[in-house]
Amino acid sequence: MILGLDPLYVGDFMGDLLVTLLKVVVAFVFLLISVMLMVWFERKLISDMQNRIGPSIAGPWGILQTLADGIKLFFKEDLVPDNADRFAFKLAPYLSLVPAFLVFAVVPLGGDFNGDDGDGVVTMFGHDTFLQVADPPMGILFFLAMSSIAIYGVMLAGWGSGSKYPLLGSVRASAQMVSYEAALGLAIAAVVLQTGSLSTHDMVLDQAAPGFSLGAFGIPNWNIIVTGFVPFVVFLIAGTAELNRPPFDLVEAEQELVGGFHTEYSSIRFALFFLAEFMNTITMSAVIVTLFLGGPAGPALFLPEGWWIGTVWFFLKLFIFLFMFVWFRATLPRFRYDQLMDLGWKLLIPLSLAWFIMLAGLRVGDSENWSTTKTYAFVLGFMAFCGLMATLLTAAINTARSERIKAMEDANG
Amino acid sequence: MADPLDYLRGFAVTFKKLFEDRVTGDYRGGKAKEGAPDNKRPKPERFHGRHVLNRYEDGMEKCIGCELCAGVCPAKCIYVRGADNDPDDPTSPGERFGYVYEINYLRCIHCDLCVEACPTQAITESKLFEFSFTNRNDAIYTKNELVVDDDGMPQKMPWEDWREGDDQLTSGWMRATSSAGDHRYEGSVHWAGELGYGVRAPEVGQSAGTISTDGGNSPAEVRSENDG
Repeated sequence: MILGLDPLYVGDFMGDLLVTLLKVVVAFVFLLISVMLMVWFERKLISDMQNRIGPSIAGPWGILQTLADGIKLFFKEDLVPDNADRFAFKLAPYLSLVPAFLVFAVVPLGGDFNGDDGDGVVTMFGHDTFLQVADPPMGILFFLAMSSIAIYGVMLAGWGSGSKYPLLGSVRASAQMVSYEAALGLAIAAVVLQTGSLSTHDMVLDQAAPGFSLGAFGIPNWNIIVTGFVPFVVFLIAGTAELNRPPFDLVEAEQELVGGFHTEYSSIRFALFFLAEFMNTITMSAVIVTLFLGGPAGPALFLPEGWWIGTVWFFLKLFIFLFMFVWFRATLPRFRYDQLMDLGWKLLIPLSLAWFIMLAGLRVGDSENWSTTKTYAFVLGFMAFCGLMATLLTAAINTARSERIKAMEDANG
Repeated sequence: MADPLDYLRGFAVTFKKLFEDRVTGDYRGGKAKEGAPDNKRPKPERFHGRHVLNRYEDGMEKCIGCELCAGVCPAKCIYVRGADNDPDDPTSPGERFGYVYEINYLRCIHCDLCVEACPTQAITESKLFEFSFTNRNDAIYTKNELVVDDDGMPQKMPWEDWREGDDQLTSGWMRATSSAGDHRYEGSVHWAGELGYGVRAPEVGQSAGTISTDGGNSPAEVRSENDG
């Protein structure tokens, strides 16, 4: 229980409580508004990528389209199918939505991380605090826990609908999310290994430290570079799958499953799923930024110093990933189900596991003062070993398959 | 085995689209607020839209109630009943006139065969295609709505979304087929004036250069030729 508490709350309790409430409200409102803008941004950008115009009537450049859609959904009839398990059916949207909100609580949104004394602390009404709703010591584990709970939302929606297509969709969803969570967790483990802490604030602090410098240019100490890109790529792919976004949107494959797990949902309950989906996109981008791109850390460049530089950097980095997710959707065709499982189990999980072991080995080498030659030898040897194993495994699978096919052909004459 | 670079090329394709022209336009169905864009795509010259029943310049109706259009109509959407003209106050310059003329736009397929069949070019098609209705009876246009007004222009009903140029070149199809039956399109202009716009000069190549375009093809002359 104590692990869930922000250490900053110890002391002047009431004052801190008020500051926390303020932060909660700000984060809540911010997230809702950004979801509204994200839906609009996605529709606008994807129509740009398809040579269309996109929403353009509600508000300037159609920016209020989401609001109009939301109001429309609000006034639609709320249906509960006869076959539905009513309790599960009604519970499911909230199980999707609430975790999406909660994950955002551990994301650092700003603060000055520059210089020697830049520790991201801002002073609000005389209270020192971080620009994030909470900084529990279990930090990033909270994110994993919440994204696991979101699976229940999808699963219960499919089960509770009492209809076959939603059930098929939710079975796919849970299989997909459970398998990709392993890769997701292993990619996070690499970052945790690097930081030595689970707290998101510590991760940002660690990445804000001056990194390796090449003459005048300092390469930032961001985890995307420090952990060697692979965990980042794995996390990005697994994260997209975890979000059920294209190209991993088998859960809602319209051609196969009608609407997927939310086929039977209408009105405000459907709106909640929709909201949760886009909120997850934003929080996932925020988590990627925090884990791999230094979160709010970044030099002041042309701007005057201040706590808000961090926020500017954070949104800049966040925006890159939001753009990327839409770009994925515009570009990549949907995976087939077996391809999805192959990618997750046969590529991402072994890859991230091997990479994690290698990073761990390098840390051992660091503490045992290996020479440069020995380090390189270890890395190359490990990679060669993994490559050999992968080749053998592929060969074994291929042989088994060809023999199976041959046996089948023989049996069929 | 696919080239791994192909994946990146795919991303480049979608990214490049960001800077290309849009295929779609800013269309708001004629309900745009003041100053807001509301564009339709340009229509082809021989577009088949809502019909109009033409009149001569003196106000006489061209329709003679022969029912050829109704006979040729593959969708059976035209209903015509002719009646004898009152000698003292004729509706059309012939013996009979179209007493009832109705087109059911829930059936009409806009094939333009009625326009080809019409011996007097009484029926032509404008380029208006956007006229929706909320009940079946409204889908049946009667003579009151179809016949052109005193300026020779189509009546613009409040539920129709007329745009610039929708009433122009409505005889485009007849020019191509030559109402006189001459497949070479030779000789003088045998078609009546455009809706309220007068007669068009023949197009290049339409009459292989044998026709003079120095006027002289006013609707009155055309009519006298036809009558003679």
